[in-house]
Amino acid sequence: MQLIFEKSRPGRTGFKIQKKDVPATAKLPENLMRKTDTGLPEVSELDVIRHFSGLANMNFCVDTNFYPLGSCTMKYNPKFTEKAADFEGFREVHPLLPQLMGGGVLTQGCLEILYNMEMLLNEITGMDAFTMQPLAGAHGELTGAMIIAAYHKSRKNNKKYVLVPDSSHGTNPASAAIAGFDVIVIPSDKDGVMDINEYGKHLGEDVAGVMLTCPNTLGILNPRVKEICEMGHKAGALMYYDGANLNAILGKMRPGDVGFDIVHLNLHKTFATPHGGGGPGAGPVGVKEHLAEFMPISKVVRRTDGTFCLDYNYPKSIGYIAPFYGNFGVIVKAYAYLLMLGKSGLIDAAEKAVLNANYVRAKLDGFYKLPYNRKCMHECVFSAEKQKSNGVSALDIAKYLISRGFHPPTVYFPLIVKEALMIEPTETESKETIDRFIDAMKDAAELAEKDPGIFAKMPDNTPVQKPDEVKAARDLDIRWRG
Amino acid sequence: MNYTPHTGDEVRKMLSEIGAGSMLELFSDIPENMRPASFNIPEGKSEFEVLRHLQELSSKNSASLTNFIGAGFYSHYIPAAVDAISSLPEFYTAYTPYQAEASQGWLQAIYEYQTSICGMTDMDVSNASLYDGGTALYEACMTAVRANGRKKILVDAGVNIIYWTMIKCYTSNLSLEMVKVPVRDMRTDKENICRQMDEKTSAIILQNPNFFGCADDFSDIIEIAHKKGILVIMSVYPVSLGILKTPGEMGADIAVGEGQSLGIPLSFGGPYLGFMASKKELVRKMPGRIIGRTLDRNGKESYVMTLQAREQHIRREKATSNICSNEALCALRAVAYLSLLGKKGIRDLALINLDKAAFAKEILEKIPGVIKVGEPPFFNEFPVLLSRNADEVVHSMIARGYIPGLPLGRFYKGMDNHLLVAVTEKRTKEEIVKFAESLEAVLCN
Repeated sequence: MQLIFEKSRPGRTGFKIQKKDVPATAKLPENLMRKTDTGLPEVSELDVIRHFSGLANMNFCVDTNFYPLGSCTMKYNPKFTEKAADFEGFREVHPLLPQLMGGGVLTQGCLEILYNMEMLLNEITGMDAFTMQPLAGAHGELTGAMIIAAYHKSRKNNKKYVLVPDSSHGTNPASAAIAGFDVIVIPSDKDGVMDINEYGKHLGEDVAGVMLTCPNTLGILNPRVKEICEMGHKAGALMYYDGANLNAILGKMRPGDVGFDIVHLNLHKTFATPHGGGGPGAGPVGVKEHLAEFMPISKVVRRTDGTFCLDYNYPKSIGYIAPFYGNFGVIVKAYAYLLMLGKSGLIDAAEKAVLNANYVRAKLDGFYKLPYNRKCMHECVFSAEKQKSNGVSALDIAKYLISRGFHPPTVYFPLIVKEALMIEPTETESKETIDRFIDAMKDAAELAEKDPGIFAKMPDNTPVQKPDEVKAARDLDIRWRG
Repeated sequence: MNYTPHTGDEVRKMLSEIGAGSMLELFSDIPENMRPASFNIPEGKSEFEVLRHLQELSSKNSASLTNFIGAGFYSHYIPAAVDAISSLPEFYTAYTPYQAEASQGWLQAIYEYQTSICGMTDMDVSNASLYDGGTALYEACMTAVRANGRKKILVDAGVNIIYWTMIKCYTSNLSLEMVKVPVRDMRTDKENICRQMDEKTSAIILQNPNFFGCADDFSDIIEIAHKKGILVIMSVYPVSLGILKTPGEMGADIAVGEGQSLGIPLSFGGPYLGFMASKKELVRKMPGRIIGRTLDRNGKESYVMTLQAREQHIRREKATSNICSNEALCALRAVAYLSLLGKKGIRDLALINLDKAAFAKEILEKIPGVIKVGEPPFFNEFPVLLSRNADEVVHSMIARGYIPGLPLGRFYKGMDNHLLVAVTEKRTKEEIVKFAESLEAVLCN
C-alpha cells in the first residue's frame, strides 16, 4: 500500500486549527526558528481514516484470528474496559494535580484505583506491597533487579551475580545487566526445569538474586520451586518471580507463599488489557515486607479518614522509575477486568487456560516431537525437529499457519528447544477454534511428510510473502525520503 | 462473567482426550505445600456494576478545571479521528509484529511513524518508540556511552527535573558519572557547560524549550562539543517543533522527548510515548524495535522488524536495552495526529500556542502582585514570580476552578514564589482574561 506521504496533495488538510482570538503576535528571533520542512503529509481526514483502516486490514489480531503466541497470553480483551479507561475523569486528569496543594482532593478516584489495585495484586500474589509504576514487563524486571541491588547495598553485601535458567526470557538477563549485575545461566535438566544440582553449585555468597519464570517458558511448573527458593535464601540471595506466566496459576499457587521476594506482573497478559501492537503494557512489581522500603516513589497511601494521598517519604527508595504513577490508562482496564472476573472467574481463567493447552498437547502429541513429554500448564512447547529432517522448519510451519488464517505460535523460543513451536491458546478460546487449529497443525505435519516442497510457497494468500530480512538489514531503509 | 466459552460437556471431552480424571489433576504439579495460603478476592460483578463503580470513581476526579499547567505534559486538543484509528481492533488487539506477513499494517504504520519523527526532529533515523520521555533520555545516554565509550554525562539543569530524577535512578548501578550543570536565571549556562566538557565526557543533555519554558539555539555549544568528540542529546517538546529550530538544524546527535502532546491524553500520567531519533551513524547502537522496508519474494515492497541483533531476545544481557513491549499504540496515535495536522497544521498549531502564551504573559504582567514574568523567548510556557507563596496561590486558584501552573518550589529550593504557567491552543482569550482576574483577586486578597 502507498505510504501516507505518497498520498499527499499540496494544500490539503485533515484538521482545522481554530482562528486566533488573541491580539498578541509573538515574534521569535530568526535564529530560534525552524527553516526546514517537517515533511508531514497534506491529506484530508478521510484520506487518513482510509489509510489507517486499510493498514488495519493487513493485521492479524485477537478480534479476528486465533493468536496462540506463546508467552504473550493473547486472551480476549473485553470491550467494556476500553470504555472505562475513556471516562473523562480518568482521561483528562493532569498527573501533577495530586502533587499540588488542594489538588489531591480532586484526584481521589484515580488514587483509589491505584490503591485498590495494589490491594488486589497483593492478595493474588501473596505479596505485601505493590508499585503500579513500571510501564511494561521488562520495566518491571528492571525495577525488581534494582530493588535487589538496593537491598544488598543497604546491607553492605558485595554480590555481583544474578542466576537465570537457560529457558528464561531474554529480558531477564538484559534487565539484570542494567541493574549492574553479571548473569550466570543455569541449564535445564531432562525434565525441562532448572537443574537443581547445577543451581546449587552456582549458588555462592556472591549471588544477589535468582530470576525464575514459573511455570517456566516450557509451560512446566517445577514442583520443587519452594525448595529452590529456600536454597536461594539460605545463600543470601533474593528470589525474583517473573510473572509472564501467572495466568496459569491464578488461585492455584501464589509466588509469595512459596518464597519469592519480588514479583512482576504483566497486566497486558494475565489481566486482559490489549497488547496494542506491542504496547502500552504495564508491569507492576510486588515485594515482601522486608523490601517495601526500596520501592519506587511515590506510593499511594490511605489516610485514617479514608482519603488517599501520595507519600514520598522513603529515603531508601530506588527513586523515580516512571514520571508518575504508571500506565494509568492500562491499570484502569486491568482493574475493571479483575472486578468483573472476581475470585471464581480468575480461578476459572487459570483452569481453562491449562485445559486448552493440555488439550493441544495431547492432540498433537505424535504429530510433533514433545521435547519434554509431561503435563503442561498454560502453554505447551513442541519441536519441529521431525519435520526439519524433511526440510520443513518451525518457521515454515508458522508461515503455513498464516495461510490457514491462524497467527502462528512463538517460534524458536525457548532457546533450549530446537525448532521450537510454543503454543499458548489462552482460556478465552473455544474447543471448536482450537480443534480447527489442531487440524491445521496436523495438516502441516502431513504435508511435511508428503509434499515438503509446498512450504516454500507459504504463505500464499497474504498481502506480502517472505519479505527479505537480510536485504532489510543490509540496505537499511527505515524512513521514507520521497 | 469470565469470557471462557467451555460447556460442561466440552470440558469432560477435553479432559478425557488429555487423559485426566479431573481439572484438579491438571494442577497436580503444585504440591500441597505450595497451595495458596489465601485467595480472598471479591466475587465477580456484572459489566453494568463494574462500569457504574468506575464511573463513580471517575467523577471523584475533577476534569473540569481550566488547565494552565504543563511542565512537560500538555493539554492539547485531540481530533476524534485519532481515537477512531487507535480504536481499530486490528491495531489494538494485535501484538508485536514478529510475523511480518500477518502484521504488514502495523509494520507500515510504524515505518510512517519513524518517518514523521525524523521529519519533526530533522534527524536521520528513529526507533519504533520507548516508554516515555524520561526513559527515552536514559536510553539516549546509554546509546552515547556505547558509541564513544566515555562515562561522564553533563546534564543541563534546564532538562525536565522529573527526567533528571529518573536518569539518576536508572544509572545508579552503572559506572557512569552524571553531572548536573546549574542554570543561570533559568537559562542554560553555556559557558559553564563548555568549561565542564572534558575528554571523559560522553554526552551533554540539553532541552528545548527548557523546563522553565525558555527557547534557545544550542548550535554554538553543540559545535564545541563535537570538536571534543562529545555527543549531544536534545530533549524536545514535539509540538514546539512546528516553529522552533530543530535538534537536527542545531546539529544534535540524538533527539528524544515525550510524545504525549501528539494526540495522547494526559490520562493521569500514562500511557505516554518516548520517541528517539538520531543521526544515521548511531542506528546500530539504538535501543528498541526498528522497522525497515524491503522487498518480498515477489519483489513487492514490504516491511519487517530489522537490526534485531541489537535486541534482548537475541543478545540477552549484551543487548542495547532490555525493552520488549514498547508504546506502539501511542506511536500510532502520534502518526495519525501528525498526518491529520500535516505540514501546515503543525506550524499553525505551534504559532497559536506561541501567540496565546504571549497574550497571557502580557496580561499577567499587569497584575499587581505579579512581580515579574520571565523574559522571552518562550514557546507556550513561562515562569511567573508572585508576591506570595505559589503553593498557597495554587490552592486558592484550584478552589476557583483553575490549575494555574506548577509551583516551582515543588522541585526547587528558593523558588517558592515562582509559578510555571503553560498556555495551549485550548485556552480561549476569555479564559485567559478571567484567569488573570482570578489570579489578581487571589494575589491582592
